[in-house]
Amino acid sequence: MSRLLLVGVLWLAGASAALAIDHEIAFSDAAMNERYLNLIREIRCPKCLNESIADSDAPVAADLRREVRRLMGDGKSDGEIKDFLSARYGDFVLYRPRVTETTWALWAGPFVFLVIGGVVFWRIVRSRRGQPLDDEESAA
Amino acid sequence: MWRYLRYAVPVAIFVAIGLFFYRGLNLDPNYVPSALVGKPMPKFSLPTLTDPDATVTSDALQGKVALVNVWGTWCVECRHEHGFLVQLAQAGVPIYGLNLRDDRASAMSWLATLGNPYVTSGFDPQGVAAVDWGVTGAPETFLIGRDGNVIFKHISPMTPQVWRRDFLPLIEEQCRAGGCEFLAAAGGR
Amino acid sequence: MIPEIGQFALVLALCLALVQATLPLVGAWRGRPEWMALARPTAAGQFVFVAIAFGILEYAFLTDDFSVEFVAQHSNSALPAFYKFTAAWGGHEGSMLFWITVLAIWTMAVAAFSRSQPEEFVSRVLGVLGIVSAGILAFALLTSNPFLRLLPAVADGNDLNPLLQDPGMIIHPPMLYLGYVGMSVPFAFAVAALLTGRLDKNWAKWTRPWTVAAWVLLTCGITLGSWWSYYELGWGGWWFWDPVENSSFMPWLMATALLHSLAVTERRGIFKSWTVLLAIGAFSLSLLGTFLTRSGVLISVHAFASDPTRGLFILGILGLFCGGALLLYAFRARHLEAEGGFKLMSRESFLMANNILFVIATASVLLGTLGPLIITALGLGTISVGVPWFNIMFLLSMLPLVVLLGVGMHTAWKQMLAGPLLRRLRWPAAIAVVVGVAAPLLAYGATSALTIVAVAAGVWVCASALLDPVRKLVLRTGAPLTRGHLGMCLAHFGVGVFILGATMASAFKLETDVSAKPGDTVKAGGYEFLFRGVHRVQGPNFVADEGEFELRRDGKLVTVLTPQKRVYRVQQNPMTEAAIDTRPTRDVFLALGEPLGNDAWSLRIQVKPMMNFLWFGSAFMALGGILAITDRRYRQLRQKQTAHAEVVGTA
Repeated sequence: MSRLLLVGVLWLAGASAALAIDHEIAFSDAAMNERYLNLIREIRCPKCLNESIADSDAPVAADLRREVRRLMGDGKSDGEIKDFLSARYGDFVLYRPRVTETTWALWAGPFVFLVIGGVVFWRIVRSRRGQPLDDEESAA
Repeated sequence: MWRYLRYAVPVAIFVAIGLFFYRGLNLDPNYVPSALVGKPMPKFSLPTLTDPDATVTSDALQGKVALVNVWGTWCVECRHEHGFLVQLAQAGVPIYGLNLRDDRASAMSWLATLGNPYVTSGFDPQGVAAVDWGVTGAPETFLIGRDGNVIFKHISPMTPQVWRRDFLPLIEEQCRAGGCEFLAAAGGR
Repeated sequence: MIPEIGQFALVLALCLALVQATLPLVGAWRGRPEWMALARPTAAGQFVFVAIAFGILEYAFLTDDFSVEFVAQHSNSALPAFYKFTAAWGGHEGSMLFWITVLAIWTMAVAAFSRSQPEEFVSRVLGVLGIVSAGILAFALLTSNPFLRLLPAVADGNDLNPLLQDPGMIIHPPMLYLGYVGMSVPFAFAVAALLTGRLDKNWAKWTRPWTVAAWVLLTCGITLGSWWSYYELGWGGWWFWDPVENSSFMPWLMATALLHSLAVTERRGIFKSWTVLLAIGAFSLSLLGTFLTRSGVLISVHAFASDPTRGLFILGILGLFCGGALLLYAFRARHLEAEGGFKLMSRESFLMANNILFVIATASVLLGTLGPLIITALGLGTISVGVPWFNIMFLLSMLPLVVLLGVGMHTAWKQMLAGPLLRRLRWPAAIAVVVGVAAPLLAYGATSALTIVAVAAGVWVCASALLDPVRKLVLRTGAPLTRGHLGMCLAHFGVGVFILGATMASAFKLETDVSAKPGDTVKAGGYEFLFRGVHRVQGPNFVADEGEFELRRDGKLVTVLTPQKRVYRVQQNPMTEAAIDTRPTRDVFLALGEPLGNDAWSLRIQVKPMMNFLWFGSAFMALGGILAITDRRYRQLRQKQTAHAEVVGTA
């Protein structure tokens, strides 16, 4: 039974390959349209297997695209639109995670890695600088 | 000493990650808790399913413990939970329906055939109110508290087990001050 | 009857793998030549039985044996024979058998091409590979048996997922599996070295071609997957930082670092513990990928089975192999330390920076991939980490890396003076700055600083990589170019080309959704799209609405585009087949959306400049690797092997 469910899930994945092109065109203004397409790429479909609302065919994705268009038409900023959606669906729908006390480590992580890497590099170079340039062994 | 200890760093990192994986195996990554829990229920004003001229609003749920159930005739799993919802309604549990992305006629005949557990159902063919409630599909059931806050959200069909395990404890807490006539009939204390 | 033979063959393979996993290792430890000598025959035997099992699975597919549950789930009598063959790896159980088959192939290759190496070492290597084989075979037999029967048999199967019914399916998974399963070979070499307690330049010289071979295959596999999703999924994207994509990319990052670190170990006998750690890391990340895609721990549209029981088993395997190897590393790595100096301005120094930056990149991708899981496991909520975060964090370490790449290629070993280095690099630097800055501005107008830097970096790498070949072949100066050297230049040139493609296609792409009726002409990106109409077509197992569009530029016809909206008979889900016109300098992409009534349709149009540089760049990288493997010194190694075998005679 769970196998069939699993196969069913995979079928749904296949369905999502049909493009999420809506019935109306979003905006006649090119800049707004581009902003719209970029924004919907950053919103995650809350019910899909890791797809943005731009790519998903799910009904909820279409509903959310409609909401984004409506809010953009009302003059809301990208940040306000994201706040609107995450107030209803949680931070789960934001592909660009917010910086909160929970996620600061996520954002800081790679920078910390860079610092550690720099320190490691410096220590290695410093120690190797002092070693003789000839190799201690040639084989075996 | 550090010279040699540093070789143990990779395995330490691996063990830490491994523990998270072990924990992760018991979690369902598809489970996304509702962002509305603990917050006032979203306001809505929808035409009712049965009478297009009448309206049901969130005010109807103020001051009482109630369920809001999202359903649609296209939703196969809604059929599975429907029988139990009817039982709950007969026990006196107030259940309000949110009919999502549906066709009025088929929805009404569905209720006529299978029974109508809802005090009333809001008709939301475009999913506008659904977005405010953070609905991703059907079936979904919200528990609304006395104070008008969303207490709990359950995704997937309502079953007796879910009712007993998740809903009853919360309802009992809400009803401590009294006023939930349905509680005994619905299996609570 | 026959599927049961397949299952039995797997059991026999497991038995042989268990022997291969134990006796040769004990033999090497205790100095028992007769036990060490078991390594090759058991590896060969395991290969034979695994091949039989896989052959039987294919036979079941090709003869439409729907009594086998796996065949019933993933095939259909109307499925073209081509896809019946590839369906064998279209689901979890079959793909695990495929994993095992690929591992058996690599093991055989190692067994066959290792005659010149000391028995003790080879038996350890094959022993480690035997442990891995035994683990995966046990996993397959106990939790993921592809030969389970479905009784009563169904009349016809569920059909292969339409997404997988594409030529890319024939070649992408095999390449990918060959690549990341191939990482087991340097892993086995590294563990064998740790067990022996010795690792010398010879070891590095021996390990390097195996690593490059697996790396080439992995590069091809990832590129093909990316290319395939670009064409098949039709959203015009080629990388989504999806957990399953990251699962294949992290081993690639480690493997790239590894093959560079091996260069230093071979040359100077240093960086030994780095090399060993990178080898263990690359394969561990491969196993991690297997875990992530099959355990249900992370959400992905690519994921196979979401089964926590299987996940637990793979986690156990991961713990055993990866944890075991890292534990061995913790205790034994100190013995590998070796003296060998180099200055700040030296190739070793640049390659050390290379190692570090690749590790940082891998750690960053891992952090982003596992971040949501860690936060949820700690009870801190539910978040998502997607393309915006990954793009920033990946560039953080990779942009400095590519800048350093251009310099490091031309830096001498041990020590180089700044003067001669700068003099050599002045032309590539000048070209990078001028072309990199001017070209996009002239072609597209104002753009972001990041884009300019990225384009300049891409040109810089290309120019720097071409410096030696140009000096040698055109100017007739400089050192002779070995294949290894040429391979390096070509691969690095490929990196530059890739960067240019990725930057231009994303920074300057044009994308628009429009609606059109037959007879309309839509203008976008300097092109005109004349909509001629939509008609029905029949495929072997689908029905489609096919649109016909004339693509014109300045009125002249470029080509006719025929995007389709398919519905497969069995699965009944709509699938978009985008029409893509491919030219070296740009891709034009057109997809049908929805019928809007009155014969009108919604369309998505994209124009992506330099899109194909992505594929060219990857191809150059792979070709560079192939050139490097065919370097003369490895042929000399084989000649020595043959001579050695002749001298030794029958063992």
